[in-house]
Amino acid sequence: MSKVMESQESKKGKAFSGHWKEKGMQAVFFIAACTSILAVALICIFLFANGVPAIAEIGPLNFLLGETWRPANNLYGIFPFILGSIYVTAGAIAIGVPIGILTSIFMAEYCPSRIYRPLKAATELLAGIPSVVYGFFGMLVLVPFIRETTGSKGNVMLTACILLGIMILPTIIGTTESALRSVTRTYYEGALALGATKERTIFTVMLPAAKSGVLTGVVLGIGRAIGETMAVIMIAGNQVGMPEGLLKGVRTLTANIVLEMGYATDLHREALIATAVVLFVFILIINLSVSLLRRGGNAGN
Amino acid sequence: MQAINRQTAGDKLRAYFKHPGSLVLFLLVMLASVVTFAVLVFLIAYILVRGVPYLTPSLFSFEYNSDNVSLMPAVVNTILMILMSLLLAVPFGIFAAIYLVEYAKKGNKLVGIVRVTAETLSGIPSIVYGLFGMLFFVTTLHWSYSMISGAFTLAIMILPLIMRTTEEALLAVPDSYREGSFGLGAGKLRTVFRIVLPSAIPGILAGVILGIGRIVGETAALMYTSGTVAKYAGPMDSGRTLAVHMYVLTSEALHVNEASATAVVLLIIVIAINALSGFVAKKLTQKTGA
Repeated sequence: MSKVMESQESKKGKAFSGHWKEKGMQAVFFIAACTSILAVALICIFLFANGVPAIAEIGPLNFLLGETWRPANNLYGIFPFILGSIYVTAGAIAIGVPIGILTSIFMAEYCPSRIYRPLKAATELLAGIPSVVYGFFGMLVLVPFIRETTGSKGNVMLTACILLGIMILPTIIGTTESALRSVTRTYYEGALALGATKERTIFTVMLPAAKSGVLTGVVLGIGRAIGETMAVIMIAGNQVGMPEGLLKGVRTLTANIVLEMGYATDLHREALIATAVVLFVFILIINLSVSLLRRGGNAGN
Repeated sequence: MQAINRQTAGDKLRAYFKHPGSLVLFLLVMLASVVTFAVLVFLIAYILVRGVPYLTPSLFSFEYNSDNVSLMPAVVNTILMILMSLLLAVPFGIFAAIYLVEYAKKGNKLVGIVRVTAETLSGIPSIVYGLFGMLFFVTTLHWSYSMISGAFTLAIMILPLIMRTTEEALLAVPDSYREGSFGLGAGKLRTVFRIVLPSAIPGILAGVILGIGRIVGETAALMYTSGTVAKYAGPMDSGRTLAVHMYVLTSEALHVNEASATAVVLLIIVIAINALSGFVAKKLTQKTGA
């Protein structure tokens, strides 16, 4: 009798401790889920708290639209770098998006199944190659090539556009391909049955149907290009002046931060952090448009 | 289907001549694909051809000095950095995914916020992470330039990746597994750890391997957090990883040959990581397919 009681009691105790274990672990999972919120909050707080006072001190207009960056003379205008980032990104998009979309059409519609797996692995490898290796390749191959073909110095905007165009290819190929694959197959069959050629079907039916996925890929590509740092530093020349053309050197926001952070002090250092704030705001806008596009795509389906 | 719609090459050719626009588009598609894959092949071949001759024993000697610019300390630091970052990011990432998939109720506001913040994190450029790490871990927490500052920075960086892959892996586990486990009297926690997580391991592993790839290739986030000292580093010391080592070598411009050899090592590691991740993912599809 007493034994039975005991065992019942211990069972109760077990259930009790089990209950606490369940609750405790649920709390642990909950806290873990909140880390990403905490991380974003910390990043925002620390960047803004360190960068915004500098913007206020320099003056928002002088900072954002000033055309001269000369820390020694207390001139902190980052307009050339904002333009540099935008130009380089636009160039990368102009090169990477058409090639990327056409390649993803090949992957989704033309690729023989036998070579699909190796080619898919190849695009994933393209995404995995570190940016220093891309930069190194650019330095040794693209820069001399541009120097010889255009007669410029080689470390120019065009070089950066080409290299970044290559670097955003995997992003664009990946998203566009999965967008094309998620279009209902009946669209394809219907268009063919109406007598359209395969190409006409793909370009006038499939691509428009996959529009939001394709756009998401493009915007993600913009994000990757504008945030790229090391590869750009190694090939773009990094002159501080206003960007003067495709065959002149250019400095981007990211390059400005890395190049000068090592020795900057006081207001100069804070101005660099403020540069990161501007970059961060760009990225937030890009992220926002990606999630809007995704939501739009889901609503459309 | 196939048999009825069979087209000979001649038919195709005739169709293309009837529709020159289609022919042009077809050629463009082929041209773009050839360009994409030719660039990749050329890049890999160039790095290998340029770098392999300089893979000398002195490059792998145990002690670093400015003559041999040995990459051994950087390799060891990279391994340490991988271990430390994963130790931080993997538990948090997996637990967060467990909460999102197994515990959160439908329509929970928090889930939406977590998703948005995770997406934001995955879009932030690495240099912004680097600056944040410098401001928070290095300066505010007084950890100075150290491996641990770098590891925390990288852990935040790969957290969304681990979260997303784990979430997908957990969602792919059929509900019947969970129902079976509950039916046999197991509690929620037991079900999660004994039934759901083990079946999701290949997917989680593929994500972790991709995370390793990002850690290996990262430079911008580490330059101002873990620093560029070329020594074997403990967790509280400053030390450079392989990618940072390579960047320093190229920017010094004195050791381009050694840099190209380092590029070969980096490239081989990345190819190996990609192959491994692909292999694990293949295992996953075989398993769910069966």
